[in-house]
Amino acid sequence: MTKLHVSTTINGEPAEFLCEPYDTMLDALRGPLGLTGSKEGCSSGDCGACSIMLDDRLVCSCLMLSAEAEGREIRTIEGMAHGDHLHPLQQKFLELAALQCGICTSGMLVASDALLQKNPRPSEEEVRFWLAGNLCRCTGYDKIVRAVLETAADMREAAQ
Amino acid sequence: MTDIRYLAPRTLDEAISAFAAAGSAARIMAGGTDLLVQMRSGAVRPGLIVDIKKIAEMTAIEETADGGFRVGAAVSGAVLAEHARFGKVWPGVLEAINLIGSTQVQGRASAGGNLCNGSPAGDSVPALVAAGASVTLQGPNGRRQMPVEKVPAGPGRTNLLPGEILVSFTLPPRPPGSGDAYLRMIPRTEMDIAVVGCGVSLTLKDGVCTAARVGLGAVAPTVLLVEPAAKALIGSKLDDAALNAAASACSAACRPIDDKRGTIAYRTKIAGVLLKRTAAIAAHRAGGN
Amino acid sequence: MNVITNNKWIGQRTIRPDGADKVTGRAAFAADTNMPGMIWGKILRSPHPHARIKSIDTSKALALPGVKAVVTSRDIVDFPVDKSVMLGIQDMRWMCRNVMARDKALFPGHPVAAVAATTEAIAEKACALIEVTYEVLPWSIEIDDALKPDAPILHDFMKFEGKPSNIGGRIEVKKGDIAQGFKEAEIVVERSFTTRPVHQGYIEPHACLVSVGADNKTTIWSSSQGQFMVRAMTAHLTGIPQSDIRAIPAEIGGGFGGKTIVYLEPLATLLAKKSGRPVKMVMTREEVMRATGPTSGSKSTVKIGATKDGRIVAAQGTFYLQAGALPGSPIRGAVGCSFSPYDIPHVLSVGFDVLSNRSKVAAYRAPGAPIGAYAVECVLDELAEALDMDPLELRLKNAARQGTKAAFGPVFPRIGYVETLQAAKAHPHYSAPLGKLQGKLQGRGVASGFWFNAGGESSAQVNITEDGNVVVTTGHPDIGGSRAAIANICAELLGIDYRRVSVLIGDTATIGFSNLTGGSRVLFASAMVVTQSAEKVITTLRERAAKIWEIDPEAVKWENGAAHPASPNAGQFEPLTLAELAAKAPQMGGPIGAGVQLNTEGAEGGFGTHICDVEVDPELGIVRVIRYTAVQDVGRAIHPGYVEGQMQGGVAQGIGWALNEEYIYTKDGKVDNPGFLDYRMPVCSDLPMIDTVMVEVPNPKHPQGVKGVGEVPLVPVMAAVANAIHNALGQRFYSLPMSPPKVLAVLEGEG
Repeated sequence: MTKLHVSTTINGEPAEFLCEPYDTMLDALRGPLGLTGSKEGCSSGDCGACSIMLDDRLVCSCLMLSAEAEGREIRTIEGMAHGDHLHPLQQKFLELAALQCGICTSGMLVASDALLQKNPRPSEEEVRFWLAGNLCRCTGYDKIVRAVLETAADMREAAQ
Repeated sequence: MTDIRYLAPRTLDEAISAFAAAGSAARIMAGGTDLLVQMRSGAVRPGLIVDIKKIAEMTAIEETADGGFRVGAAVSGAVLAEHARFGKVWPGVLEAINLIGSTQVQGRASAGGNLCNGSPAGDSVPALVAAGASVTLQGPNGRRQMPVEKVPAGPGRTNLLPGEILVSFTLPPRPPGSGDAYLRMIPRTEMDIAVVGCGVSLTLKDGVCTAARVGLGAVAPTVLLVEPAAKALIGSKLDDAALNAAASACSAACRPIDDKRGTIAYRTKIAGVLLKRTAAIAAHRAGGN
Repeated sequence: MNVITNNKWIGQRTIRPDGADKVTGRAAFAADTNMPGMIWGKILRSPHPHARIKSIDTSKALALPGVKAVVTSRDIVDFPVDKSVMLGIQDMRWMCRNVMARDKALFPGHPVAAVAATTEAIAEKACALIEVTYEVLPWSIEIDDALKPDAPILHDFMKFEGKPSNIGGRIEVKKGDIAQGFKEAEIVVERSFTTRPVHQGYIEPHACLVSVGADNKTTIWSSSQGQFMVRAMTAHLTGIPQSDIRAIPAEIGGGFGGKTIVYLEPLATLLAKKSGRPVKMVMTREEVMRATGPTSGSKSTVKIGATKDGRIVAAQGTFYLQAGALPGSPIRGAVGCSFSPYDIPHVLSVGFDVLSNRSKVAAYRAPGAPIGAYAVECVLDELAEALDMDPLELRLKNAARQGTKAAFGPVFPRIGYVETLQAAKAHPHYSAPLGKLQGKLQGRGVASGFWFNAGGESSAQVNITEDGNVVVTTGHPDIGGSRAAIANICAELLGIDYRRVSVLIGDTATIGFSNLTGGSRVLFASAMVVTQSAEKVITTLRERAAKIWEIDPEAVKWENGAAHPASPNAGQFEPLTLAELAAKAPQMGGPIGAGVQLNTEGAEGGFGTHICDVEVDPELGIVRVIRYTAVQDVGRAIHPGYVEGQMQGGVAQGIGWALNEEYIYTKDGKVDNPGFLDYRMPVCSDLPMIDTVMVEVPNPKHPQGVKGVGEVPLVPVMAAVANAIHNALGQRFYSLPMSPPKVLAVLEGEG
């Protein structure tokens, strides 16, 4: 049983790893790549804690084979901040207490970022439905939705 | 899980020969949103995974010369939603595909995978059946077409022959005054498997329904094409009597089971309710066209 | 008692100290930790709901290349059933049988053996090679089935009223004379209710990493609500002395009570000891759902009698709660809390612990209280209707106040229940018009609730760094933002910017004994010991300044982060800042720091009153919560953002419990929905914004007036939703969840 060798780009940097053909991208991230920011809540695509960007598409890394990363661009929570500069969403989550235990936060942030990149002016309903695949058991979602809406407003203002 | 091979061929011929050679040990992978879950739970242990996403025909969306559409079997709901015209012509089919799972799932899941997974509750299928879509299959013995409603054979099973791969969906040209819609009943607002799924496509001319197709999901071992319901709508002005008759026809067509997602009694009742609501939306969209 | 006013940090929405790591993915949860040489542990679980284990043959597993150790119940310390050994509220007799089946498998998913191997895949394969011979026995799951005269008895040693039984215990709480009370009642409402088992639903599965040296020195990283509990339980179950075990709490991805016991740690420890390698064990979601304690399903009957002018004179409740396969359902919460918001002269509240072949229940946020409150608050709603009284008025008329003797024993001190009722009544939500949109029906309901809260042991250290900042070490895993609140308190007390305060959670080797994170006690208890530690530090700082100024320490005050002469008489001196005193520490007597360990007392119960609006689709039976306001007496909101968060989170869980969450079983007695697809917790689009009102009636027994807040928010929710649905439809629901088929059936007269 030989492992597959995968060459890919993660958070803008070239990366390579060995994996079993049946390993998911989440397995690869948390295993050989040492990027444990993406979390495993269910491994069945129902909780979103493992959310990543695959070539600018929001996906669950547990629903993708790590072999598929070959030649693609992967973005994870670890790539959201730049050095010690937090992304506006990360900063807003802290300011509004939009996290408690934090296990869903990585996925929530990646998913929220994907939304704002696609739709800089989402309504509350649009935010809620976009994030329906990101389960949170601690917050009741209220502060998370507020954080996304406020960040969207801040970013629109900053763009003017 | 050992001895699994992964292949991502670039041509359909390569895919078919590898797939056919591996026999029942092989699985086709598009978005992987069913396959990977089944592998993880141990329900499926493939010896070979054939990833079809690198095959051009599988991921293409084309408008055909006669005004229809050909959608590759591996096209994800998210990509389909970004097509400039598809959602305008087939809003019901598009919304059905994009109700599967979450935003993350829609970034990967395909109508082809949804259909071939063989779940009686797959969201894309009732809408595709209502649309009168057909599939193109290719196998070791060549290429053939089949209406979508003939594909499912039972829970988890299809009528594809050994070695056959679903290549694309063909949606027929749309007469003016046509509209389609898909509604499902789920207990939450998202993330549930349909308890009942209803797809309606119809054509109106001067307020009279001249054509209709009704697809009903999660109420039988396969998705149903409910011809009596369509008959009740055709020729009518979609008044209450016609809608009620169509609703009754849907309830009568149900052969559901009791399971963790719904009871026979509940599903049967809901099928009728959904038909009325779905037909109303389809009619509204048809009126706008 | 010095409730601080004019606060700079207390009451501020500061950034939590652990925040940056949590939003960047750097925070280390248990499954994120790795060690060199680490191998993987997996568990073989019983497929049967009830079976005698005749033999276990592990030889083929041991022979598989890559397998380094196998553990069976023989490796686990036995606690004989005739001698209770308590660890907090847990009995080690049941714990040792819960982590692994001994002579009987008691539920599907009950661990039977465990394997450690070089990869997860090999460990799983090895589990499949273990040969277990079972003698399958009849089983029961539902309360009714477990109580039938011919029900299969789970434990031969369990007797009730002299006969073998599945009743594991009975408790009773009494006040006055219940028969007399009902004689005085002019209106009586009696109803029976059922609820299904529900899971705490934490997103992070249980996980641990354990390393055991050749000298037995053991290090455990785990996701848990109590590192001291982990150490103690692991010591009890493995025989390794507590002093040889260092239990480190990883960041925890949700617990809600479900992680107040151990499942994996003792097994991983034994595997690590046998193999000589660090062993990591992570549960799958399916294992979590099948084999970790959810909370009880229940059957309750509540009877309440009142006079025609709305005075409640008698209240009686009988609560049957499922324990699962081993004793310990939270009957104390159901029995003790349900009537506590009210001043009722005659009360009889009885609870029964019923065993059946499902996983042993674990604590879930105010354990037992939501179940009891669902029943009582629904009956009160019916009573209000029968009396033609506003439901909040009925509660106000009968509200417990300072001096009321609660049925469960104590006399209430200054409490805030009435304030929550008044705030709810005055809230714009209560008088907002309801609509009827496109054939959907809207309705509004209210409910109240109570939870005991707790104090308990806590330890803290406050140390001043050489450069004049502060490091606080506390003993409780932070499950809801307690580090932020501690930072606020410490900054307030020392008069410095909160960013100069670093708050860490110690492990069993680095901090004194601290009881579980649970019982809404973390901030209450840790704030007390942090306050006392900080006060000692301030005393030291004043003494140091006094020495420098050559005056009496009594003449020195600490203000705004510096020592000042207390009055002009003390002398004219420039203030000495924390940094300056810290720099001089070596010459002035040594390190500046203090630690305090206490069994904290003075915790007071909390009350909540909730308002819920629902919208019902009468053709499909779908209920949506469209507006929600939670009012709670929170004592003092040290960090309002995280107090609001506790309230909103509890409400969301209650809505799920009310509408769609339930354990569904197959005909073979197995869990049919062991995943997030069919175990239907609320998703983001299911919920509205959840408004909160924090009523601050400071706890007089706490230095900052803190009261526990985390558990109360779940207690009133199911009744609030049920009462709202009644208001919308004119029909009452006596069983949860109020899922669409059930709502439709009731609407159509079939339920």
